[in-house]
Amino acid sequence: MALLEVTDLGISFGGLRAVDELNMTVEQGALVGLIGPNGAGKTTVFNMLTGVYRPTDGGIRLDGENLVGKKPHEICKMGIARTFQNIRLFNKLPVLDNVKTGFHNEVTYTLPESLFHAGSYRKKEKQMDEKAMEILKVFDLDGQWDYKAANLPYGKQRKLEIARALATDPKLLLLDEPAAGMNPNETAELMETIELVRRRFQVTVLLIEHDMKLVSGICEYLYVLNFGRLLAQGTPVEVLSNPEVVTAYLGG
Amino acid sequence: MDMIKHLMETRRDSVIAFGIVIVGYVVMQALMATGNLSYTISGLMVPICAYIVMAVSLNLTVGILGELSLGHAGFMSVGAFTGIVVTTVLAGSVELPMLRLAIAMVAAALAAAVVGVIVGVPVLRLKGDYLAIVTLAFGEIIKNIVNVLYIGLDSRGLHFGLVTPRFTLEEGGKMIINGPIGVSGIDKISTFTAGFVLILITLFIILNLINSRQGRAIMAVRDNKIAADSIGISTTRYKLMAFVISAAFAGMAGTLYAMNYSTVTAAKFDFNLSILVLVFVVLGGLGNIWGSVIAAILLTALPELLRALNFNDYRMLVYAVLLIALMLFNNSNFKQRLLERRAMKQAEKEPKEVA
Amino acid sequence: MISNLIAGISLGSIYAIIALGYTMVYGIAKMLNFAHGDVIMVGGYMCFCATFYLGLPPLAGVLLAVVVCTLLGVTIERLAYKPLRSAPALAVLITAIGMSYFLQNAALLLWTANPKTFTSIVGYGSIQMGDVHITHVAMVTIAVCVVIMVALTLFTNKTKMGTAMRAVSEDKGAAQLMGISVNRTISLTFAIGSGLAAIAGVLLCSAYPMLVPTTGSMPGIKAFTAAVFGGIGSIPGAMLGGILLGVIEIFSKAYISQELSDAIVFAVLIIVLLVKPAGLLGKQVSEKV
Repeated sequence: MALLEVTDLGISFGGLRAVDELNMTVEQGALVGLIGPNGAGKTTVFNMLTGVYRPTDGGIRLDGENLVGKKPHEICKMGIARTFQNIRLFNKLPVLDNVKTGFHNEVTYTLPESLFHAGSYRKKEKQMDEKAMEILKVFDLDGQWDYKAANLPYGKQRKLEIARALATDPKLLLLDEPAAGMNPNETAELMETIELVRRRFQVTVLLIEHDMKLVSGICEYLYVLNFGRLLAQGTPVEVLSNPEVVTAYLGG
Repeated sequence: MDMIKHLMETRRDSVIAFGIVIVGYVVMQALMATGNLSYTISGLMVPICAYIVMAVSLNLTVGILGELSLGHAGFMSVGAFTGIVVTTVLAGSVELPMLRLAIAMVAAALAAAVVGVIVGVPVLRLKGDYLAIVTLAFGEIIKNIVNVLYIGLDSRGLHFGLVTPRFTLEEGGKMIINGPIGVSGIDKISTFTAGFVLILITLFIILNLINSRQGRAIMAVRDNKIAADSIGISTTRYKLMAFVISAAFAGMAGTLYAMNYSTVTAAKFDFNLSILVLVFVVLGGLGNIWGSVIAAILLTALPELLRALNFNDYRMLVYAVLLIALMLFNNSNFKQRLLERRAMKQAEKEPKEVA
Repeated sequence: MISNLIAGISLGSIYAIIALGYTMVYGIAKMLNFAHGDVIMVGGYMCFCATFYLGLPPLAGVLLAVVVCTLLGVTIERLAYKPLRSAPALAVLITAIGMSYFLQNAALLLWTANPKTFTSIVGYGSIQMGDVHITHVAMVTIAVCVVIMVALTLFTNKTKMGTAMRAVSEDKGAAQLMGISVNRTISLTFAIGSGLAAIAGVLLCSAYPMLVPTTGSMPGIKAFTAAVFGGIGSIPGAMLGGILLGVIEIFSKAYISQELSDAIVFAVLIIVLLVKPAGLLGKQVSEKV
C-alpha cells in the first residue's frame, strides 16, 4: 500500500474549479515532485492534504486512513507536516523554540506540570532542547539557536521551517516551493539538505516546485498540474520530454 | 554549551526580579508599620496589588495570546461578587479571615474560569477588532446582569433573583447582593499581605506557563495561527486555555479588590476599568510580564503623586496628557534613534564572533 | 408599538450618525477612535454654552458646535494620531483612550460634574395621531439622519474628494501613487466625522437633556457597537447598524426588561457577529495560505 493515496480529488471555490479529478500516489520513502505553472493549483492540493481546505469531492488516505474532514492539527498528528510558500515562522520566538513547538505532540507533560514546573517538566524540557539542537545542527542553524526567528536571513528562515516540520516526526513532509527566492547556489545546497533529511529522518517527501529543471535533479517521480488537472506524470525524463508539458510551460 | 549558561542567566534574572518584589513588600510594610505612609497611599496598597494581578493576567491574553480583550473587568466582577458571597456564607464556619479569603479566591477563580469558558468559546472564533468588540460586549453584559442580581442568605440557604428579588428572607436573613445598590457592610478581610501573596502566586504561575510547552503553543498561535495548526497545535484549545487562565486570575483579583471596601457595586467593574488595565499592559510592554507589574504600580501611584504635588484639580488631565505623550514618545523616531545608538554601542563592545 | 418603533428609529438615528464617524475613521485610518464619543459631549456643551450663556438662537448653537467639533477632530488627528500612522494598532488605541480621558477631564474642569440641563433645540412639542405619539425631537432627528445619509452617499460616490476617500480606505499606498494626498484625506475624514458627532451631540442632548462630562461615553460605545454590527468600514452598514441597535434597545426596554436592555443589545451584537463575523454589510476577508 502506498503511503499517500489521492483519489479523484476536487475542490471548487464558488464557481471556480481549482482542482479537478486529481489522482496521485506517493510510495513510502519516495521523493516526489508536484510541478506546474503558476496558478495550476499546486498549493491548493497541499491545503487539501493538510486540512486547511476541505475538498469538495474525492478522497485522501494516509497509510490507509481517511484524512478528508480532519482538522489541520489532527492531520499533523496523523503524520503530515508541511512548509509554506510564504514563510510562516513564529517570528517573535527564538529559533530553538520554533523547533520545540514542533515537538508539541511528541514530548508532552500536563498543564499542572507546566504551571508549577513540577513532575517531568525539567526532564522533558531538557530532552526537547537536546533533540531540537540536533535537528538545528542538520540545517546548520545551531549557532543561531537564540536568534528571534524574524531576525534570521531569508534562506535560513526557509530551513528553519523545514526543521520545525521535521520536529513533528512526520511520515510525509510537504515542502511548498522550498527554493523560492533563493539563488542557484543556495538552491543546490538546499536540494542536498533535502536529500540528507530524507535519509536521516526516513521521511517521505512531496515537494512543490515552480521550476521543472530544479526538481528533476532530485525527484524520482513527478506529477504535473495544469489548470487544476493532472497533465502528466512519470519519471523526470518522461515528463520533461512530454510535449504537452513543454507547451503548458512555454505557452501557459 | 552557551545554552546552559543562557538558561542559568534567565533563572538568575527571575530570581532577582522576585527578590525586588519581596524587598518592595518588606519596605512598604515597614513604612506602614512606622506610620510613614499617608492614609491615601496605604489605602492604595490593596487596589495596586489587585491591579497588578489584573494587568499580569490581561497580558496573558493580550501580549502572550495576542488577542485584544476589552472586557477584563467583567471577570474581575464575577470574581468580586463570588468572593463576597463565599465569604459571607463562610462567615460563621471559617474563623480565620485569611483562610476565608483564600477559599473565596479559589471559588472566585473557578467562577471566573467558568464564565471565561462561556465567553471564550464564541469570542475566540472571531478575529482582531471584532474579537475585541465582543469582549467589550460581554463585559457590558456581565456588568448589566450583576447590576440586577439579588442574592440573599438565610437559614434555608442561598436565594437568587434576577431583576427583582423574587424571594423573601427569613428573619435574621441577610441580603448579600442587592441589585444596583450592590453590596454593603463587607467584612474587609483583604490585606496588603494577602495581595502580595496573590501577586507572587500569579507571577509564579504565569511565568511558568510562558516557559512551558503550553506557553509556547499559545505564543505559536499568536505569531502564526496557520503554522501552529500545521505542526499539530489545536489553536482553539490553546486560545481558550490562555483566555480562561487569564479570567481565573482576574477573578481572584476581583475578590482581593472587593474585600478591601465596605461597599461594592456592579458599576465599579465597567469598561473604563478594563481600559485602565489595558493601558497598564500596553505601557508595560506587550508580553512583558514584569513591565505590567511596574506600569500598574506607577500609573496607579501617578494620580496620587500629582495630588501630592498640588495638581489636584488638574491631575487627571495631566495623567491623560502624560499618557498621550508617552505613547507618542514610545513610537517616535527619536526613541528609535536612541535604541539604534544603544544597539550600535553594544555591538562594538561585543567581541566579533569567529565563524 | 408604532410609537416605540419611531422612538427606536429616532434613537437609532443618533447612534447611526455617531457610528458614521467611527466607521469612516476606521475605514480610512484603520483605527478605533475611542475619543469620538467625547467629541459628542463637546458638541453638546458647545451648543449649550451658545444658547444658555450667549443667548444665541438654537441654530447658531448647532453651527458653533459643528465648527468647534470639526476643528477639534482635525486637531486631535494632527497632534495625537498622525505621528502614529505606522505605529502598532494598540498604541493608537491607547492614545485615543488618552485623548478620551483628556476631553472628559477638560470638560470636568470647564463645566464641573454638575449636570447641565440642556434645552431642546426644537422644543418639547409632540404630535398625536390616533394611538401614535411622536415628539418633535424624534421627527427632526430622523429627518436629519436621512439628510446626512443621502448627502454622505452622494459625497462619497459622486465627488472627487469622496472618491479619494474610498481609494485611501481601499489601499493607502496605491492611492498615494495616484497622487491623492493621504494626509489631507484623513484630515477630511476626521473633520466630517467630528462635525457629525457635534450634530449627534445636539440631537442626543435634545432627546435626553442631561449634560455631564461623561455624556458621550455610553452612546459612543453603543454607536461603536452599531458600526461593528453593520460591518465596520461600511457607511450603509453604520446606518443600518445604528438604527437596528436603537430599535432593539427601545423594544427590549418596552417589552422585555428595562434593566436588562443593555445586556440584550450587546447579546444581539454577539449573535450577529457569530453568524456574520464581519457584521451585516461588512466584507469577509480570509487569509491566503
